[in-house]
Amino acid sequence: MSPIRSLCAASVLAMVTAGGAFAETTVTIATVNNGDMIRMQGLADEFTAQNPDVTLEWVTLEENVLRQRVTQDIAAKGGSFDVMTIGTYEVPIWGNQGWLVSLNDMPAEWDADDLLPAIRDGLTVDGELYAAPFYGESSMVMYRTDLMEKAGLEMPEAPTWDFIKEAAAGMTDKENEIYGICLRGKAGWGENMAFLTAMSNSFGARWFDENWQPELNGEEWTTAVNFYMDLMNNYGPPGASTNGFNENLSLFQQGKCGMWIDATVAASFVTNPNDSTVADKVGFALAPDNGLGRRGNWLWAWSLAIPAGSDATDAAKKFIQWATSKEYTALVASKEGWANVPPGTRTSLYENAEYKAAAPFAEMTLGSINAADPTNPSIKPVPYTGVQFVAIPEFAGIATQVGQEISAALAGQQSVEEALEKAQALTADEMEAAGY
Amino acid sequence: MARSVTTQRKIINTAAAWTVGMLIFFPILWTVLTSFKTEATAIADPPVFLAFDWTLENYSTVMERSDYMRFLWNSVIIAGGSTLLGIIIAVPAAWSMAFVPSKRTKDILLWMLSTKMLPAVGVLYPIYLIFIKMGLLDTRTGLVIVLMLMNLPIIVWMLYTYFKEIPGEILEAARMDGASLKEEILYVLTPMAIPGIASTLLLNFILAWNEAFWTLNLTAAKAAPLTAFIASYSSPEGLFYAKLSAASTMAIAPILILGWFSQKQLVSGLTFGAVK
Repeated sequence: MSPIRSLCAASVLAMVTAGGAFAETTVTIATVNNGDMIRMQGLADEFTAQNPDVTLEWVTLEENVLRQRVTQDIAAKGGSFDVMTIGTYEVPIWGNQGWLVSLNDMPAEWDADDLLPAIRDGLTVDGELYAAPFYGESSMVMYRTDLMEKAGLEMPEAPTWDFIKEAAAGMTDKENEIYGICLRGKAGWGENMAFLTAMSNSFGARWFDENWQPELNGEEWTTAVNFYMDLMNNYGPPGASTNGFNENLSLFQQGKCGMWIDATVAASFVTNPNDSTVADKVGFALAPDNGLGRRGNWLWAWSLAIPAGSDATDAAKKFIQWATSKEYTALVASKEGWANVPPGTRTSLYENAEYKAAAPFAEMTLGSINAADPTNPSIKPVPYTGVQFVAIPEFAGIATQVGQEISAALAGQQSVEEALEKAQALTADEMEAAGY
Repeated sequence: MARSVTTQRKIINTAAAWTVGMLIFFPILWTVLTSFKTEATAIADPPVFLAFDWTLENYSTVMERSDYMRFLWNSVIIAGGSTLLGIIIAVPAAWSMAFVPSKRTKDILLWMLSTKMLPAVGVLYPIYLIFIKMGLLDTRTGLVIVLMLMNLPIIVWMLYTYFKEIPGEILEAARMDGASLKEEILYVLTPMAIPGIASTLLLNFILAWNEAFWTLNLTAAKAAPLTAFIASYSSPEGLFYAKLSAASTMAIAPILILGWFSQKQLVSGLTFGAVK
């Protein structure tokens, strides 16, 4: 080959290689607005510095809008998103339908074995991991240590529902607007029904028997919902049928709740002196039980998944690997302290002495997550997975309607028995229509 | 003979007008006030009206976290583009219905309005699929077309109402003087209907600016306007009211300013033909 031809060939090769190296891949990430996700967005420059060929674009949406948008896009193969933030409810359903890319081939250094078993199980379908957990949570009891002391009681580490009732009665001081217990009352599958489904598990209730027949008007559900109504009507705040997570958070932070049973992520909010008037008077305990072998706590993980229609799968995997790695945890710790790292996904985090020192609620969070079993949530066997939900596509619609019936009972518009009879009938109809 | 209005009656009328005005304006005022509070003060019970430590922290957080200018620019293009395109199509349509009506004109007008009676969600999926096929998903062009189509019946109806107030004889005279159809619409009809066209433009610009269903459903990262910017500040877990209020204030500020400066045209247009 002549020197000139060699030079030309080399130039062409160099141009092609350079073109390849600088070919930009855009990864569009759909996410929700909460502290850990926003922090990830803020630190994403570190990822793009390591991967200059990848551009990240963010779409932040309200939880329900996000769910609707990504469902619509994934079902229609719109390809709008390359990484989606989804929860433990969607992953098994979408994974089953072939809508998600398997993450079984993540590199060894990502260390899939380090993921908490309960969380990993919730994101796995037939041995395929379909999403990487970004942060995990369960639920637990948050209580006012000063009010508990005033009531002459001591909160056990693992209380029973009877103790919770006794404590709620002892702490309630309606004249001073202090209510013994604050629980979710707002209708919705992710609102009151998330709490009630988890609570009912500890009463031995289940949504469906092994043949997918609903059991909502059974003895266990009736006992559980009557217990909930008794707590809320006698010791709960007024207007509780419209209270969700944020409303109860606000009541607790203003010192109006003796106890609050809700997501473990709330621990960092109620102990934050900038927002909470009771930051230094909060204690934690495991979610209550009834001595039947199951606690009333749930399990949830906001996770990152890749839709099957994405045309940037490799870059999306690289991003997910970065955002859910141990190195990311260390990065957050170095920039914002150990108390701010995303919790509830990796065993190694709970073996880290620095984290345990910075997050006093760490042990309780781990204990709550480990106490949940998504494949065996209640006392009797069930044909479904999910602790505070049933991982079938029909559940969100059914549970929202059931939640409305129970919310109406809480508002005094009907009795618990009437609400549960209606719930049973509508669930049976919907399930029959869906072919179960 | 004009009726004399007593001072007492004037005071009552003024007080009533202010009360109604404040009632309508209060949610906006509360949003603006909340945007200057801390998250803890925003949820305080009883609520704090003015006596709180004012802070600009929410605005700096929002500016730091989101690319406000990109959302704003998208809103301007989408609202402006859909309104202008709508006017261009609606002026000839309204002219023909107002000045050369056929026996089916009334039915056509009613049919056009009937398209507004279907809930938007009913056609979401077909439109979504069409957008995917045509590569219009998450593009400003796609949103300009959809919002124009959504608002077109209102634009045609409004212009038709204004044009009906203009005496047909004037257009006839222009025609007799040798004006072509184009000249008749451009140089005779349009100048006479300026207040009506201006108020139609403004009202539709506001409608398109505030439209949240299509803009949230058909956009992702590139074409998202200010409605998506507001939606990104709602949170399922954690306090967000103060930051959400700051984002809302920033989203409505441009349209409030536009409305303030053009209120004379807006009022004169909306009351055009009301008194004969």
